[in-house]
Formats: sequence, C-alpha cells, structure tokens
Amino acid sequence: MLIELTDVRKAFNQGKPNEFWAIQGITTQFEVNRISCLKGASGSGKTTLMSMIGCLSRPTSGRIRLQDRTISSLPERFLTQVRRHTFGFIFQRFNLIPGLSVVENIMLPAYPLGLKASSLRSRAERLLEQFLLVDKASNPVEWLSGGEAQRVAICRALINDPQILIADEPTANLDSRLSREFMVLLDQLSKAGKTVLISSHDPVVFDSPVVDRVVELEDGLMVSGEG
Amino acid sequence: MMLNPAILALLMVSILVSTMLLVAATFAFRILRHWDIQSGSELQLRLERRTYLVSTLLVWAFLFEFLSLLLFIYNAEALSGQFVGAMCATGVLNLNPWGWPTLFLKITLFFVAAIWLLLNYLDNRGYDYPLIRFKYALLLMALPLVGAETILQWLHFTEMEPNLITSCCGTLFSADAQGVSAEVSGIAPANSILALAISGIVVIAAGVWVALRGQSGWLLSITGAAAFVIALVAIISSISLYIYEHPHHHCPFCILKQGHGYVGYFLYIPLFLATALSLGAGFVSPWRRITSLSQTVADVLPVISWLALFFFLQFYLTSAWSIWSSRLTMMEVWW
Amino acid sequence: MITLLRKQRYFIDYTLGTMMRHKGKSLGLLSVYTMIIFMLASVMLFSHAMRSEAVALLADSPEIVVQRIQAGRSVMVPADYLQRIGKLRGVTEKRGRLWGYYYDPAVKANYTVMASEQDQLTINDIVIGEGIGRTRGLSVGDYLTLRSHEGKAFSFRVSRLLESESELISSDLLLMNPQGYRQLFGIDESLYTDLVLSVRNPREIQKIAEKLTRLLPDSRPILRSEILRTYESLFSWRQGVMLILLLGSVLAFVIFAWDKASGLSAEERKEIGILKAVGWETGEVMRMKFWEGVIISLMAFLIGYLAAYLHVFYTSAGLFEPVLKGWSVLYPSFQLTPSVDGLQLATLFFFTVLPYTLATIVPVWRTSITDPDLVMR
Ligand SMILES: Nc1ncnc2c1ncn2[C@@H]1O[C@H](COP(=O)(O)OP(=O)(O)OP(=O)(O)O)[C@@H](O)[C@H]1O
Ligand SMILES: [Mg+2]
Repeated sequence: MLIELTDVRKAFNQGKPNEFWAIQGITTQFEVNRISCLKGASGSGKTTLMSMIGCLSRPTSGRIRLQDRTISSLPERFLTQVRRHTFGFIFQRFNLIPGLSVVENIMLPAYPLGLKASSLRSRAERLLEQFLLVDKASNPVEWLSGGEAQRVAICRALINDPQILIADEPTANLDSRLSREFMVLLDQLSKAGKTVLISSHDPVVFDSPVVDRVVELEDGLMVSGEG
Repeated sequence: MMLNPAILALLMVSILVSTMLLVAATFAFRILRHWDIQSGSELQLRLERRTYLVSTLLVWAFLFEFLSLLLFIYNAEALSGQFVGAMCATGVLNLNPWGWPTLFLKITLFFVAAIWLLLNYLDNRGYDYPLIRFKYALLLMALPLVGAETILQWLHFTEMEPNLITSCCGTLFSADAQGVSAEVSGIAPANSILALAISGIVVIAAGVWVALRGQSGWLLSITGAAAFVIALVAIISSISLYIYEHPHHHCPFCILKQGHGYVGYFLYIPLFLATALSLGAGFVSPWRRITSLSQTVADVLPVISWLALFFFLQFYLTSAWSIWSSRLTMMEVWW
Repeated sequence: MITLLRKQRYFIDYTLGTMMRHKGKSLGLLSVYTMIIFMLASVMLFSHAMRSEAVALLADSPEIVVQRIQAGRSVMVPADYLQRIGKLRGVTEKRGRLWGYYYDPAVKANYTVMASEQDQLTINDIVIGEGIGRTRGLSVGDYLTLRSHEGKAFSFRVSRLLESESELISSDLLLMNPQGYRQLFGIDESLYTDLVLSVRNPREIQKIAEKLTRLLPDSRPILRSEILRTYESLFSWRQGVMLILLLGSVLAFVIFAWDKASGLSAEERKEIGILKAVGWETGEVMRMKFWEGVIISLMAFLIGYLAAYLHVFYTSAGLFEPVLKGWSVLYPSFQLTPSVDGLQLATLFFFTVLPYTLATIVPVWRTSITDPDLVMR
C-alpha cells in the first residue's frame, strides 16, 4: 500500500458565494507498481484529485498518506521536497519552456537539488538515449514534433528518478498511434518498478490492456473502481 | 538640521524599516490568531504563502538595519569635522541628548535582529513551522524598539545645528570625569586586560563544549554576553591606549579613524558578530526537544558555535596584535 | 554547503538565461537603473571633488586673515595696523594683502585681481590664469587693456600664464605689481585689503585671535579652520539639496521597477508555473528572482558609477556645470582631482539598490506564489 486517501475533500473559494466542492470525500488506496487510471466526465475532479496526490495542492480536509508519512498537513515548502523526490509529472499540454533546449528542459526539475553538474548531465543523457532523443539534445523545444515533445516531457518527469509518475490526460494532444506507443512506454516503466497514475477520457488509455485498474469519478465522488 | 546625503539615507532607511516592520506586525497578529497548520483551509493556505513575503521583507529590513548601524557610526565620524569641539564620533553623539540612545538602540536592534533571523532560519526547516507563533510574538516585541529608534534618530539629526559647540572624547572618557564612561576609563589597564584574557578563555571553552556536545547553548550565550561587556570595557580602559600610543586617551571611537588604520572596525565587527551568534546559540538549542527541529538544531548549533568562536578569536587576536605592536610602554601604569 | 552553492549557481545560470531571452525588458530596466545611478553618482562625486579641491586649496593659505570692520562693513586696513599688532608670540609671519575684483565688460566676467610680490613683476607686467587667457585669446607677450578707476586705459603685458594645477581659483586670477594695483584702483599707499598672519602651532591660533580683537577692536580675525568648517557644511548641504531634488527621479524609478517586476507577460507567468509544477519551491523561485535583482543592480551600479566617474573627472562634469558652479563664466574646463569615498559609495547604495530591492519584493513574491497546479488546467 503506497498511497492512502481518507475522506479527502477539496473546496474552492471557501466561504464565498461561489464556494465549490470539487472533491467531496474520497477514500481509497493506490497500490505500488500498478498502472491506475482515473476516468470521468470533464469537471468531475480528476485533475484536482491528482494534484492533491502529487503534492501540488493540499486537501481542504481529509488525510493523504504516502508510505508512512501524512502529507496532507505539510506546508508547501515541505510538500515540494516530498514531491520532487517522489513524483514525476506529465501534463496534457507538454509545458516545456520555449527558448530552452531539450536537455535544459529535462534538467529543470533537478536544479533545486544542487547535484554535481557532471552527474546531472550524465543522468539527462542516459534518459535521452533511452527515449531516442540524443540527436535532438541541443535543439530548442519549439522545433520538436508532438510525439518528441511528449517523450521530452517523460524524460523531464524521470530526471529525479521518482517512484510515482502522474500523467494528466497525457494523450490528449497525440493521435491514436502515438497514444498506443505512449501506453507501451508506460508499461515498460511500470515493469521497471514505477507506479503510474493516469487520468484520461480516451478509450485508448482506459481500455488499454496495460492498465491494471480504472477508477471512475463523478462530481467529485468515486462511483466505481474500488481496489 | 543637517542635510547631507548620509543623513538623508539613514532617515530614509529607518522610516522604510519601520514601515516594513509595521506591515509585518499586522501580519504577525493574524498569524497569532488564525494559524492552524493542520487545516487545509484557504485562509491557512493564504497565511502560509504570506509567510514567504513577510519573512523576506524582514530579512531585508534587518539587513538594512545592520548596514545602517555601520553607516550611522561612519557618518558620525565623518561629521566630526563640522562641529566646534568634535574630534570624533563622540563629539557628534554628544551634540544633543538623542545621539547616544540612538546608538544604543541600534546596537540592541542588531542583536534582536540576529536572533530573529536565526529563529526564522530554524523555523523554516521544521515541517510544521513549530516556532511560528513564538517568532512573530518576538517580532511584535521588537516593533517598539524600531519605532523608538526611528524617532530618536530623527530628533538627533533634526536638532543638529552647525553652530553647536560640543565636548568630545577627551572629557567624556577621562578618569577624572563623572559617570559610567569615566569609571570605565578609570579601571586599571592591568585589571581589564586580565579580565579580558579570563573571559576569552571562558567563552572559548564554553563554545567548544557547546559545539561538541550540540546542546546547552545558553552557556555560550551567557559567557558570550559577559565577554562582550568585558571586551568593551577593555577597549575603553586599555586597548585604546595602546592603539593611540597615549596613556590617557580612552576613546572607543577614535580607533575607527583612518589615522589608526581603521583598526576599530576590525575589532568591533568580529566582536559584534561573535556576540550575536553566541546569543543566538541560546535561542536555538532549547528547540532540540521538538521532533521536527531536533535534526536541524543538531546540525545548526555546532555551526553557530564554531562561527561565534571564530569571530571571538579574531577579535582577541586583533586586540593582542594592537597591544603587542604598540610603541606605548606602560611600565608605571602596569605592575 | 556545497550543494547549497551549486544550487545558487544553477539559479544564477537559469536567471541569466531568462534575462537573455527577454532582452528588451532587461535592457530597458538596466538602462533606466544605470541612468539613475549615473545621475546620483555624478552629483556626489562632483560635489565631493569640489570640496576636496577647496580644502586642498585652503591647506596652504594663511591661518588667520584680519579684516577691518567699519559700521558693519569690511573696509581697507591701514598699513600701520601691522605695527600696532607688534610682535605676537607664535606668529611666524605677517603681511598686508591687496586683492579685489575687476569686471571686464568685454567678456562679461569678473577677474580676481591680486597684487603679487613673489613674482617680481614690473609695473607693466601681469600674470593671468588660463581661463582669462582662453576667453580673451591671450598668450605670453600679448597686451591686456584694463580701465582704471579714473577711466584711463592701462595696457599690461602678459608675462606668464598660470599652470592649471589648482584651477578652481587660478583660472580667473590676474596677478600684478602692487604699485600697478594701487594705480589701477586708486588705492592709497597706506592701505591694504586685509592682513594675513601665519601661525605655526595650531593650538595657539585661538589665543592669537583673542589677542588681536583686544589690540585692534575694529578688526575681525577669520580663522582658516572656521572657513574649512563652513566649506564642509556648505558642500554637504548643497549635496543634500541636490539629492532631495533627485529623490523625485528615484521615486519615479521605483515605480518603474515595481511596474516592470509586476507586469509579467502570460508567457513568463506560465514559465514560473512550469518551474513550480516540476518541483521548484516558492522560496527557490524567489531566490532565482533575487539573483536577477543582484545581477541587474550590480551591472547598473558598475556601469553607472564608472560613467559618472568619467563624466566628472574626464569631462569636468560637462552635463551640469551650469547648474552647480555658477560663480563665473570663466570656469569651463577645469579638471577635478579624482577621489572616491567609502561613505559616498555606501550612501549611493542606500539611495538606489535599497529602493529597487524594496520595490521588487512584493511583485517577485506575487510571481513566486503562482499555483503549481496552474499548468494542469
Ligand atoms: N482554482 C479553481 N477555482 C474554482 N474552481 C475550480 C478551480 N480549479 C478547478 N475548479 C473546478 O473544479 C472542478 C473540477 O476540476 P478538474 O480540473 O479537477 O476537472 P477534470 O476532471 O480534470 O476535468 P477535465 O477532464 O476537463 O480536465 C471543475 O468544475 C472546475 O471548474
Ligand atoms: Mg483535467
């Protein structure tokens, strides 16, 4: 048992007339070494839930435990420390920084760790090799194709060697062939020991054979997919 | 009123710093009332974000405060040429009743600021911000000091008239005069040097002990504060004599002059830093018992202690050097 | 510790890259910032140099000058006052001086005219400062015609030009034979403009001045130390007034810097969002922005101060000569002796870097607290 959620809720604009509860009490667990997929209509709270699990935001109430550590009451400074050693993120829009080269983009998450420049460099090069991007290393990211940009985003997510990968609608900007290739990549990573959490409304993803578990959300509540 | 650039800068800095502290103080009230680390409410999230702003503001405010202490002294030295009777900063500080209180407040604030910054550093390393209430309560107590300093400094500079006649170090720091400064000047050099040596040995021993054991920082604080006072007394009653090479000139400010190679700055800056760090040690070590801080305290306390010792040592070596290299021999005054 | 340093190096690298990518914005800020520092530093360097010049000049002037006051106005001193002073203990030398001003309508300027004994000038010879030589187009051997008190024209031969070492005073100086001086201005043999006394031991000056007022009740002794003190406060007062005037531009700069720092483009905001999402912490983003401020401030300070230094000491503060000097039109090209002062540097720092830093703290913080999950939406 790696991630444990107990009655997690999240409100926006609390105390104001437009108060909105995006997550209304979710209790579940996500297992190690699996690929789990969140599915649900737009606005059902997938992104909100994943950002809380990934330490990007804090639940308004409820508890999230990671291994033996309660992360739901950590202030931002320490959430970030947990996050950058534990999670890698892949976003729907690849969110690479234009003007920086491919390697520079990949190394971004590692700067605050203050690693030695040479070891940082060799880590990045190993990832580039693994994802067949060596010849693009010093290109600016604006020149990349969609599939390549996605692979750069994966490299960036892996640079700090996280245990858990979080991917929010990773295939929204890819065609179905690239989406399938992406799922194969995820499968390899999962076999290599990573835990993966994806959200998607793309059948290529949630019907894919590599997904171990599908959790369905509706209006901030879990409607199916109990582990 | 005197209107030179340094005075304008000092007035500006003090007004800015008090404004910054006022902003921080209103925030401190909100922290004391609403802070609840367990809650994920938006109010709590907003407060947490605001701590970044406020602590950055305070770091800068205290840094500027420290620089303004230096500028204040340097400026007083520079102004001494413009007043009849003033030969160094003493004369300028004597111009009106606000000079000395301003200086003392600035020095106090320097120590308070150093302690606060250390606590802030510590607090930012505990995952539940364990010291947050304590540190903002402390800040509220520092606020009146900053306000008083701004007002006194304002009075000091605005009531400074070019035609004022003042008395300088020769009358204030003389064994024949009245008051504390006179009594300090009157202490026999042999006694004060002996006290300096003893306090030096004691503070270094205490520092080494604290650094190695990683606890009981208060030992360093107490011995450090004592060493600070004894060091000031020794500067006035004997070290200055050796620097001036004159058996009756006791001024603690003339040593800041170019004519004496600015040796005063090499004495005072390490001494003040060392004292601030030793005071800080006492404020750091009690938090060893808080789980989220025990590791940080264990890491930080030895560093603070070694640094304090380093600066103390620098001070003692500079003092010893200025006595040793002096051409003044005080046979009859000595034994 | 090493990790911490390496971390800062990465932040500096990153922020340098960002500044290069937004060149226009950084350059705009840098040039305004540099301009402000240039202006303030020029004022400070200039007035400081003027003061040191004046002080250097006074260094070899006599310790005591005695003027005679009649009905509250200073008038010529009778020569027998020198005898009436007699022998005072401590006075090493005493003599009468003849000096005054001559208005030359041709160049609409005042010359400072002095009778000189050391120069051994004949009655027809004069020595002139470079300023006069330049404006009147005179060189050695040329003749300068001055109108006497009776309206007669006297012609004097220029026997020498004064060197430009102590230009502040010498540039408009005109030296002539005492006899010629008396004839030109119609001054009786028995009168001097003032008397000067040299005193070796500074401790005795006050005593001697007291004795003088007793011996010559209608005299006013002026001490060099008093003049020095007056100069000191006069110059620092002037500097202060200039600074207050310039404070307006500092304020404008602060608002400009605030605006620049808070007016982030959508692109820059997204960039910060990405950094936060991939694992940078609020404090670290602030640190990165702090380095940006340090780099900009350092560059602006260096360039601005250097430019001001060149401006003041190599172009003789060409930009604000008309504002600051304003004694005489004969001063255009004198060179100031370069001097830099620690107090001044510190003050300049307080007037520029501090306001800039304060102006950027809040905008930087606003930027840094960008929600990390912003990029997921
Ligand atoms: N900062 C915010 N303030 C107010 N409401 C918000 C905020 N962020 C999200 N919401 C609301 O919370 C709800 C859940 O949003 P969320 O992004 O989690 O949905 P989602 O399931 O990821 O949708 P999609 O599939 O379209 O990405 C939405 O109705 C959204 O409008
Ligand atoms: Mg979403």
